[in-house]
Amino acid sequence: MTQTPHAETTIEALHHVIEIADLSLRFNTRDGPVQALSNIDLKIERGEFVSFIGPSGCGKTTLLRAIADLETPTGGTLSVNGMSPHEARVNRAYGYVFQAPALYPWRTVAANIALPLEIMGYPKFEREQRVAEGLELVNLSGFGKKYPWQLSGGMQQRASIARALSFDPELLLMDEPFGALDEIVRDMLNQQLLRLWDKTRKTVLFVTHSIPEAVFLSTRIVVMSPRPGRIQDIIETGFPRERPLDIRETAEFLEIANRVRHGLRAGHSYDE
Amino acid sequence: MKNVLPVTTVLIALLALWYAAAALMNAPLQTDAFANAGKTSYSTGELVVASWGMERPKLPAPHQIVAELYKLTIATPPTSKRGLIYHSIITLEETLIGFLFGAGFGVGLAVLIQSSPVLNRSMTPWIVASQTVPIIALAPMIVVILNQFNVTGLAPKAVIAAYLSFFPITVGMVKGFRSAEPLQLDLMRTYSATRSQTFAKLRAPASAPFFFASMQIGAAAALVGAVVAEVTKSEDGGLGARLLAGSYYGQTVQIWAALFAAAALSAALVGLIALAGRLVLRRMAFVR
Repeated sequence: MTQTPHAETTIEALHHVIEIADLSLRFNTRDGPVQALSNIDLKIERGEFVSFIGPSGCGKTTLLRAIADLETPTGGTLSVNGMSPHEARVNRAYGYVFQAPALYPWRTVAANIALPLEIMGYPKFEREQRVAEGLELVNLSGFGKKYPWQLSGGMQQRASIARALSFDPELLLMDEPFGALDEIVRDMLNQQLLRLWDKTRKTVLFVTHSIPEAVFLSTRIVVMSPRPGRIQDIIETGFPRERPLDIRETAEFLEIANRVRHGLRAGHSYDE
Repeated sequence: MKNVLPVTTVLIALLALWYAAAALMNAPLQTDAFANAGKTSYSTGELVVASWGMERPKLPAPHQIVAELYKLTIATPPTSKRGLIYHSIITLEETLIGFLFGAGFGVGLAVLIQSSPVLNRSMTPWIVASQTVPIIALAPMIVVILNQFNVTGLAPKAVIAAYLSFFPITVGMVKGFRSAEPLQLDLMRTYSATRSQTFAKLRAPASAPFFFASMQIGAAAALVGAVVAEVTKSEDGGLGARLLAGSYYGQTVQIWAALFAAAALSAALVGLIALAGRLVLRRMAFVR
């Protein structure tokens, strides 16, 4: 386990956007209890881009949902911005991007992006302004009046990212957002996401299946393994904030990717 | 337009079957009629043609029904109590009023059921039970009870129409409110939206397809309720009253004419709602 030593003074502690200590989550299914998460310890600082990678069933989505207060842990502590996940959710501390765009088909793209703003009670003028900014942020200006069915999968997912950011949360939780898209679109969206992160300085938690994607995007990679879901390894990447797609060919990149793969193997991710 | 050929083919086949059935069913009666008229020698062709023109057949031939319909709609003044237009309007009034109340009640009930699991569990058995009582037995009771409260004429029949139409609407709308995808519901949770916000912004629009489908069923059910109510209390007219009068006096062609009129009314109502549905759902991007 590699972890940068954190100074535990109170001032430094404020930098930890997310603190997870000894977190456990057990599902009681019809086939018996399933230990989705077991003894997770993790501290995430403001402005980081943390990827969670692992095979299906390793708990990475469950961990993200627990942070989002969409699942309830059965043990351990979890704090978001110094609050409980429930309080953080009520305070609208994060935006969530799902695997599917989950846009409402009866609303235009602009109305979809405005949805959280309507719920949170922003006045009309500010809503329009934020929607326009959001569309520009994800390069969808001019598509505001279109309906979701008129957009491609990649564009819909971009709209969903704009929606998650429209109310300016500090935290962005993304659950395999590009999983359903082809590689060319994925590359483009990876770059856009990186540019967005650099520009807005948000803290991003990113769940993915793809090793190159995780290594390319993150400041830290959390490798998880299944049965029970636990953290196998935490790897610091050291790439500069602005990085072209070419770095995926460099030796440094491949070394980190190898470490990730090694971690996955050690966690029995490749076992049958 | 590509439906024209298949529909026409089925229509022609249906008509052919009908004529054949009419000939078969009316033959015994027609043979007796010939015997009574002293006609002893006749070909099968004569028998068949005659069986399609009887005054009180067992099964009227399609052209007889069409002729009767023409006689009772176009050839009779609209205000005449012997014409079908007068009675159709009565039935239509009862149906529309009953349907409006039934729809309002049905949607309201669905909202209540959706909003509270306790209400759901406590009300659903009663709602289901209300539909299991045969309406033909319930209708006269409802009419008598309402008459006691001086509610007469059109109103009791509208009540029965509403009674039959609210159930499919309730069931359909509850399903519609629950049709929101789990991911979309999770999204609402991440915004910590209130229950009424989730209802107004997600569940209600998502239920639009179910709304129009259940309205169509409800409209047809309301018409059935109105006609059944009229059969049980036929003094106030309506298509059900004409059905009853026809059966009372043995005028089978009249019965069938009233039946066709009711069917046409129902088809028109359902068709109008379907058309409105298509327009709205296209605007809401449920249909392309």
